[in-house]
Amino acid sequence: MLEVEALNTFYGRAHILRDVALTVGGNEVVALLGRNGAGKSTTMKSIMGLARPRSGRVVFDGADIAGAPPFRICRQGLGYVPEDRRVFAALTVEENLEVGRRPPREDAPQFPIDALYQLFPNLAERRRQAAGRLSGGEQQMLTIARTLMGNPRLLLLDEPSEGIAPRIVEELAGVIAGLKRQGLAVLLSEQNLHFARLVSDRAVIIEKGEVRFAGPFATLEANPEIAQAYLVV
Amino acid sequence: MSFYFAQLLTGLANASSLFLIASGLSIIFGVTRVVNFAHGSLYMLGAYLSYTLITTLDLGILGFWGSVVAAAAIVAVIGGAIEVLVLRRIYRSPELFQLVATFGVVLIVQDVALAIWGPADMLGPRAPGLSRAVRIFGEPIPQYDLALIVIGPLVLGLILLLFNRTRWGILVRAATEDRAMVGALGVNQRFLFTSAFMVGSFLAGLGGALQVPRESVSLLMDMSIIGEAFVVVVIGGMGSVTGAFAAAIIISVANAFGVLVFPQISMVLPFLVMAVVLVVRPYGLFGTAASAHGGATVPEAPLRPLSKVGIVVATALFAFLLAAPAQDDTFILVLLTDVLIAMLFAASLHFLMGIGGMVSFGHAAYFGLGAYAAAIAVRDLGLPMLPAMVFGPVMAALGALVFGWFCVRLSGVYLAMLTLAAAQILWGVTFQWQWLTGGDDGILGIWPARWASGNATFYYLALAICGGALVLIRQLAHSPFGFVLRGGRDSPVRAEAIGIDLRAHQWLGFTIAGAFAGVAGVVFVFSKGSVFPETLAIGHSIDGLIMVLLGGVQALAGPLVGAAAFVLIEDWVTRLEYWRFIFGAIILVIVLVAPDGIAGGLGRLWRLVRPARAAA
Ligand SMILES: Nc1ncnc2c1ncn2[C@@H]1O[C@H](COP(=O)(O)OP(=O)(O)OP(=O)(O)O)[C@@H](O)[C@H]1O
Ligand SMILES: [Mg+2]
Repeated sequence: MLEVEALNTFYGRAHILRDVALTVGGNEVVALLGRNGAGKSTTMKSIMGLARPRSGRVVFDGADIAGAPPFRICRQGLGYVPEDRRVFAALTVEENLEVGRRPPREDAPQFPIDALYQLFPNLAERRRQAAGRLSGGEQQMLTIARTLMGNPRLLLLDEPSEGIAPRIVEELAGVIAGLKRQGLAVLLSEQNLHFARLVSDRAVIIEKGEVRFAGPFATLEANPEIAQAYLVV
Repeated sequence: MSFYFAQLLTGLANASSLFLIASGLSIIFGVTRVVNFAHGSLYMLGAYLSYTLITTLDLGILGFWGSVVAAAAIVAVIGGAIEVLVLRRIYRSPELFQLVATFGVVLIVQDVALAIWGPADMLGPRAPGLSRAVRIFGEPIPQYDLALIVIGPLVLGLILLLFNRTRWGILVRAATEDRAMVGALGVNQRFLFTSAFMVGSFLAGLGGALQVPRESVSLLMDMSIIGEAFVVVVIGGMGSVTGAFAAAIIISVANAFGVLVFPQISMVLPFLVMAVVLVVRPYGLFGTAASAHGGATVPEAPLRPLSKVGIVVATALFAFLLAAPAQDDTFILVLLTDVLIAMLFAASLHFLMGIGGMVSFGHAAYFGLGAYAAAIAVRDLGLPMLPAMVFGPVMAALGALVFGWFCVRLSGVYLAMLTLAAAQILWGVTFQWQWLTGGDDGILGIWPARWASGNATFYYLALAICGGALVLIRQLAHSPFGFVLRGGRDSPVRAEAIGIDLRAHQWLGFTIAGAFAGVAGVVFVFSKGSVFPETLAIGHSIDGLIMVLLGGVQALAGPLVGAAAFVLIEDWVTRLEYWRFIFGAIILVIVLVAPDGIAGGLGRLWRLVRPARAAA
């Protein structure tokens, strides 16, 4: 469904991504693992059009979307959940969701607002509250729900577990599993190997902007030195 | 008692019209992050258009209000066109470019209005049905003022409804917080920006149209309102409509009562209030930290020591300047003196912005301070020329020291706005302190000492002073002090982290930039023999910004090229009819075609040509 080939991205003169390649199949959850500053977020942003890749291809459903403006990429069916929870703090929960709302599409699972409130009961309770006053975990849920309002087919989830209480992380794992069951594909960036293994089908490890490993978690378990070299364990 | 109540009502009526224009400005800033100087022009167009519609249609009450709304709608369309043709192309540019580009629009609109409506002020008819006064507690209150007092809150209510109850409004509010995120959620920002700009323009047009029964329509309306509108937006918190409403009331009511105590205060009061509010609340009453920054501030300016080519060019230029008096042409010497003064002024501004990362919209204040201080020293203290030339920059530095203390506490647009406020306060003071500054008449008869009065001699003196100051600025930029400033510009957090007191450095940088502007000011006053309040006005500050932009911010040589180009273009173009239009168009072309300035553009051209030659 998503194929990234030989992606190179720069911030100014700094060469951040070097020939990054990865794939996500329809209805697959792929974990993009790496340490702080490895280039996970930059990969996500390059796919979403928020960072402009200098070269390489991002093929989504057969169309090369590399370099297209983010709003078009979103309309193709890619949903982006940023790291550090960029909720619109002054807007209410309900208004945040409204910003993400897009017309339903045939080829994607649908998330009407009531279904989302069922999925995230905390948000339902606080629907009239300013998003800036939610807890960290609730804000994370809100960014996910906001993106789901666009009925995406593939979700780019950037470090959802960062800075969130363990109990909420568990809840999050349940949510991701549920999304997969409904037919969504997910590219999940993580530092937390344990959490990633819980919800993902495959792993891609990135370090200094280069892909160092791609394969099943079983291989990672059999060769603990890989994780030791590239991840914080 | 009743008198004070009447005064309060007058204040509230003024608040309504001020709110209309400021709310539009605030909306536009909130969404696009552009400091839109052309907003005053839209206001003026609203007034002219509604004047024309009201007087040609002449259809009674319905015709009047219909004309007002129609004028606002036309202004909205004009605003949309400006957004699509100009602003859309520069959203990612630094604030300076945007400011200068919108100022180009100001110039163009001025001449278009002049061509259509002519130079004479036009007094519009009273509003039909509201042309008389009613007595409230015995005091006569114009009915139209009462109508305005109702219209202000009404419009606020409508805007709030639009913003809170419609999807469009929710998207606009979201974009005010985080534009990129809104785009990633599938919203086409182009449409959002254009429509927000049109709504803002509509409000500006409405504000202007509603002024027709209150004041005569004139070509001065644009610049006379823009300063106050900025103040209201900043006090309220940029992007906050409710804040703009509160600020408009504070300013207008304070003004209505302030003039009772101190009749001359009205020019200065808004800026004083703004300075106080910003010092207490750095992001205005309803603003947030996120609202301070546009897309980018100052483009990074890598500094290189002079290359061989650079040294050759500089030497050749210096030789040319040295040899200039041989021509014995007074006109050329005067022009070259102007160029030198402009170069120093622009270089001091560039030092502040390019090196220090502090964008100033009010740098002319220190130029003017230097000029006035020298003039007063000669006239009142009887100082000879040279001591007066020292006294001027010292006073300019003192002024910069005082205002800089406040300014360096802020960053981004708020910093720029506070510099503007500081300049406006000084301008107001020079305007009204007649006994000291001569007010509107300025100070005349400040000529060079006899030994320096020959054309060539004074020219050489100017060359020595300005040239020396320019070399000094260059040395400073390359000194450890300059490095710290640039480090702070690029990464304030990092600079603080390694234990540098960035604020103190910036304060000193601000003061030094002010002192050098003061040096330019004293050379100016002795070359012209007089000084007027215009030297401190917004227009002159913008001249400085245009010079820096013309030359390109990237290089230290930029402001020199830009200043020379500015003076020469101005000298040529002001002889033409509709020179503002031409000048505005030149500015727009440069901003849109060569955003790296003349120096940068020539550099690019050079790099394009050079490999071709090497290959041949
Ligand atoms: N806006 C930027 N400008 C310059 N460099 C950047 C920018 N954003 C990120 N970088 C650099 O790019 C590299 C990759 O950053 P990125 O945010 O993609 O890493 P990450 O894997 O997401 O890390 P984290 O786990 O901390 O989120 C880092 O070295 C970072 O310093
Ligand atoms: Mg990251």
